[in-house]
Amino acid sequence: MIKEIHQSLIKKEFSAEEICQKYLEKIEKFDKEIKSFLTLAEDFAISQAKEIDERIARGEKIPILAGIPCAIKDNILVKDLKCTAGSKILENYIAPYDATVVKKLKEAGAIILGKTNLDEFAMGSSTENSAFFKTKNPIDLERVPGGSSGGSAAAVAADFCIFALGSDTGGSVRQPAAFCGIVGLKPTYGAVSRYGLIAFASSLDQIGPMTKTVEDCEIVFDVIKGRDEMDSTSYEIRNTNYEIQIKDLKIGVPKEYFVEGIEKEVENVIKEAIKKYEKMGAKIIEISLPHTQYALPAYCIVATSEASANLARYDGIKYGYSNHQVLDLIDVYFKSRGKGFGQEVKRRIMLGTFSLSAGYYEAYYLRAQKVRQKIFEDFEKAFKIVDAIFTPVSPTLPFKLGEKIDDPLKMYLSDVFTVSASLAGLPAISIPCGKVKNLPVGLQIIGRPFSEKLIFQIAKLYDIG
Amino acid sequence: MISKEEVKHIAKLARLSLSEKEIERMQKDLAKILDYVEKLKEVDVSKTKPFSMKLENVFRKDEAKSKDFPEIKNLIEMAPERKENYIKVKSVFK
Repeated sequence: MIKEIHQSLIKKEFSAEEICQKYLEKIEKFDKEIKSFLTLAEDFAISQAKEIDERIARGEKIPILAGIPCAIKDNILVKDLKCTAGSKILENYIAPYDATVVKKLKEAGAIILGKTNLDEFAMGSSTENSAFFKTKNPIDLERVPGGSSGGSAAAVAADFCIFALGSDTGGSVRQPAAFCGIVGLKPTYGAVSRYGLIAFASSLDQIGPMTKTVEDCEIVFDVIKGRDEMDSTSYEIRNTNYEIQIKDLKIGVPKEYFVEGIEKEVENVIKEAIKKYEKMGAKIIEISLPHTQYALPAYCIVATSEASANLARYDGIKYGYSNHQVLDLIDVYFKSRGKGFGQEVKRRIMLGTFSLSAGYYEAYYLRAQKVRQKIFEDFEKAFKIVDAIFTPVSPTLPFKLGEKIDDPLKMYLSDVFTVSASLAGLPAISIPCGKVKNLPVGLQIIGRPFSEKLIFQIAKLYDIG
Repeated sequence: MISKEEVKHIAKLARLSLSEKEIERMQKDLAKILDYVEKLKEVDVSKTKPFSMKLENVFRKDEAKSKDFPEIKNLIEMAPERKENYIKVKSVFK
């Protein structure tokens, strides 16, 4: 997709401005229904596109992403555009600088059309927790697009842009990608800089590309990855350009992912996909990740604990919503936070504060971090035997709007298959691998740390096979 | 499992003002979630160290940078209450 557009731009079959116009018109017409965008940056996008056209006219060699329209999840800073994180508390916040990933996209000439909707502070699995409006799944408007990067997923699936960036803490790129029938990568922890990403859970958060094809996913990942001095946890991937022959490929299928809770139809589609790889010559090996059932409870504690610390910065003083109808400084904190945050965010701050509080720290936070180590060791063992692990992305098909919103625990269970890779810091991709009626099912491919290249190679085989 | 008083105490620690209705709902929701995470107690972690990323230490020079960052103006302008180049808060001392 990106490669074809790039070729057409160079051959001047159409201009960057024309594509940009076309997409903006499409959004104008159809996003009223889907509601994937929170902010549009029409003028900025058009002027950027014109600049690319001038470069092409001058005969300059343009980078692969030059002139390609994209969308950015609204918890990633784009200078001079609003960045709300889907929260009332940041309703009028204007980003004072570019996130590193955005800086890299801009340098590569990508055209940013606007900012996409999300669950408030990326906390949710359906994008229904946005403080502004709910995004709908373009495949079926009665269903959720998944979350928290639901706006980005819907925008790509509805063809409002060529690619989008999302962020993934426990599945927030992979699950909406699966629900909308697109490709989504959560990179290895540290592969992509988090500078300029509004922090939710810092030991889990990663920014990832959401695209229509695996090839596009790789192109975007190659642009945004890499060490950044503004994020001390970022890391330069050593050259791991190994190619593997399909007959040498060992795929692990963990039995713990095919027990209770998974919808039968989803299971069937995943098993068909795995069979396809077997037919191509890969070796399928049943493995065990014995601590799988503890991943979600451990995630609940770790993620909320980190969130409670990260969200302490919203104090009504430095930026965002502020309630000044009070007497004391401390009341500014209480009232601004009490009124500025939505229910789910407050719930998570409360749970995290509880887990870190005196008397509970060891029984909750510390224990969860130890269980997290067990989960990491499960993967370490498995990767001694296999090259990649295949699982479903989500136990269910895209669910209906309103179906789970009143039951937090039920909503959390949407991430039951994606949180393990997050806790272990491993790269994982979601690719569309089939449908039940018209609803898409996503296959998750988990790899060793920094093995994104191999994951892309394996994922590309699916279309060939 | 978790008392109303505990919920109020946690809300105080978290600097969140919650209405009576919110406190009730929170008590119910937290009880349910805490009940679910009880599961973690089944795992034998007596010999396990808490997880940490296998990343290397990263240092930079401890140098003061120029105060002429163009971002400074933008950052200060984001504050709800300000005076000249300062962020204004309610008085701390009475």
